[in-house]
Amino acid sequence: MNIHEYQAKKLLANYGVPIPRGGIAHSATEAIYQTNELGGNKWIVKAQLHSGARGKAGGVKLCNSHQEIAEFCDKFLGNKLVTLQTGPEGKMVSSIYVEEVSNISKELYFSIVLDRATQKVTLVASTEGGMDIEKVAEETPEKIAKIVIDPAVGMQAFQSRQLAFTLDLPNEAVGVASRAVMKCYRAFRDTDANLLEINPLVLTSDNRILAIDAKMTFDTNALYRRPEIFEFRDKTQEDPRETIAAEHDLSYIGLDGNIGCIINGAGLAMATMDMIQHAGGEPANFLDIGGGASSERVATSIELVLSDKNVEAILINIFAGINRCDWVAQGIVDLLNKRDINVPLVVRLSGTNVEKGQKILKDSGKKVITAETLADAAHKVVDAWKSNR
Amino acid sequence: MSIFIDEKTPVLVQGITGRIGSFHAKEMIDYGTNVVAGVTPGKGGMTHLGKPVFNTVQEAVEATGAEASIVFVPPAYAGDGIMEAAESGIKYCVSITDGIPTHDMIRVKRYINSAKPEERMILTGPNCAGTISPGRAMMGIMPGHIYMQGKVGLIGRSGTLGYEAASQMKELGIGISTAVGIGGDPINGSSFVEILKHFESDDETQAVLIIGEIGGPQEAEAAEYFQKNMKKPMAAYIAGLTAPTGRQMGHAGAIVNSSGESAADKVEILKDAGIMVSPTPSDMGSTVKKLLKGM
Repeated sequence: MNIHEYQAKKLLANYGVPIPRGGIAHSATEAIYQTNELGGNKWIVKAQLHSGARGKAGGVKLCNSHQEIAEFCDKFLGNKLVTLQTGPEGKMVSSIYVEEVSNISKELYFSIVLDRATQKVTLVASTEGGMDIEKVAEETPEKIAKIVIDPAVGMQAFQSRQLAFTLDLPNEAVGVASRAVMKCYRAFRDTDANLLEINPLVLTSDNRILAIDAKMTFDTNALYRRPEIFEFRDKTQEDPRETIAAEHDLSYIGLDGNIGCIINGAGLAMATMDMIQHAGGEPANFLDIGGGASSERVATSIELVLSDKNVEAILINIFAGINRCDWVAQGIVDLLNKRDINVPLVVRLSGTNVEKGQKILKDSGKKVITAETLADAAHKVVDAWKSNR
Repeated sequence: MSIFIDEKTPVLVQGITGRIGSFHAKEMIDYGTNVVAGVTPGKGGMTHLGKPVFNTVQEAVEATGAEASIVFVPPAYAGDGIMEAAESGIKYCVSITDGIPTHDMIRVKRYINSAKPEERMILTGPNCAGTISPGRAMMGIMPGHIYMQGKVGLIGRSGTLGYEAASQMKELGIGISTAVGIGGDPINGSSFVEILKHFESDDETQAVLIIGEIGGPQEAEAAEYFQKNMKKPMAAYIAGLTAPTGRQMGHAGAIVNSSGESAADKVEILKDAGIMVSPTPSDMGSTVKKLLKGM
């Protein structure tokens, strides 16, 4: 789960990580109120949405007057902002973060990740702040420092010092930086975070350390024990279909093609999508119906896939282990009894109770194209899609 | 021979009295698995499915000599269940549970690895379909009848895609020595490499098929291991050629974040190592057939 920059900063500040002073605003009036709270005569305003690359899209601005602040708010609030990371549809901006301007003397990079190679929490820091860190890692790997944390004892003070000393900081700032790093680690550990990225982490001209930006993502599997994090959830930042899917415990991701997919198991789903492409089609979505697919879940999945107006054919591919082919078939027939589907529907059933499932489909007399194998199913759905256009 | 389990292996079921644990324990017994006991805290002394139930894994191991354990415990408690198995002298553990918090799994791995290598429990999963040595024993939730007994080792991250491979192979008359699900989570008990070591030293296994997907370094590590250490031939399939970068595809582990993690990159790495790669998911069986012919 993603959260906004201002939420991440608030969370980090609660752990004692130094951040610039700032406040959140939902209107131009509130934004101007925040500038009065902060004082001074210039401020940074930042559109809040779940995306990086906001600056390049114009969503971050240095303002010198209340008029500029009001103009920025009018331009962005209540509208969608398209960045390099949001996709062409963009994401809604409902709030603006107003921040004091910091005197930056050096920009650094800092992040905490779950490293899959070592299978441990790993801290990453670099003197090359504010840059595309993947590019730094590729071109100048010696400028990236890493510290791996032993999960049995957690991060130790010497490790935070080791990291801080790699950052070419003046001696007065090393202690401050190493304490900030330790506080970030504690925030990461205590919240079941998957990622914490501060880019840039800056050294100010008076040798303070500040988190200028903050991105955090959290393990959805652990949200049951982190109610305070779950409260940060902002549904306006999610694809509405993904939100509906999540409420039904389905895993859905919208894509650009025309062939709707309903499959059990993430791996089989990806493989089926690959097979559709191989057969000359493009998948409209990823949908993993999971184990224990009841008739209702099957019906919900079909409705969900059909809610995408680009869908011109549907493929249901179920290899039943925990699932039962007869339940799946019944779900399809129940839905077809309730409503018409105007696109071709190809169904491939395999595994547990396959004969029962196939019989239910056949006896229903409904217009369902059945397939025996994965390849057969993919070719049939692509053929049906093409001839239906 | 097979790896990890055969018809003699005494198996424990953690969470045997739960709805899911009970259902699959029965399937495992019907398949011929030597299930010796179950564990459910607070239900010790009961008999369930004709097997004694114990309060702790320790008691169950002492009373029955169980060597392997399958954990059907809800996500919030699954990590605890796995560590209990490790502490109680279980040698091989399968964790089926989907949705265990990643930070829990990091601690579980650290706990397991704190044992001496020769005493260390092998964990496969979580978020997997389990392990089956066809015709002998099943520790998992797979439909047993789609697997034919034979001489190919199968390792996969995805459960149902593993079923797909097994049924394609059966259709072509190709059997399996053992099929191991390593699961779709970012932190898993065993990687491809750890299972490949066992297949390489198993007399019965003649060739191996691995089924990978986008995300993580495990397939590239498998390719390197194959090149350096394996004499047996290997085939592979990688799912997710159509997956966009930066989006998580169902499996918590299936997300492309850096170079070498996309399906196309992995296919390249595997091919370079001399591994025969199935071009589509419907060619997994025929690719293994080709591999066996070339031996």
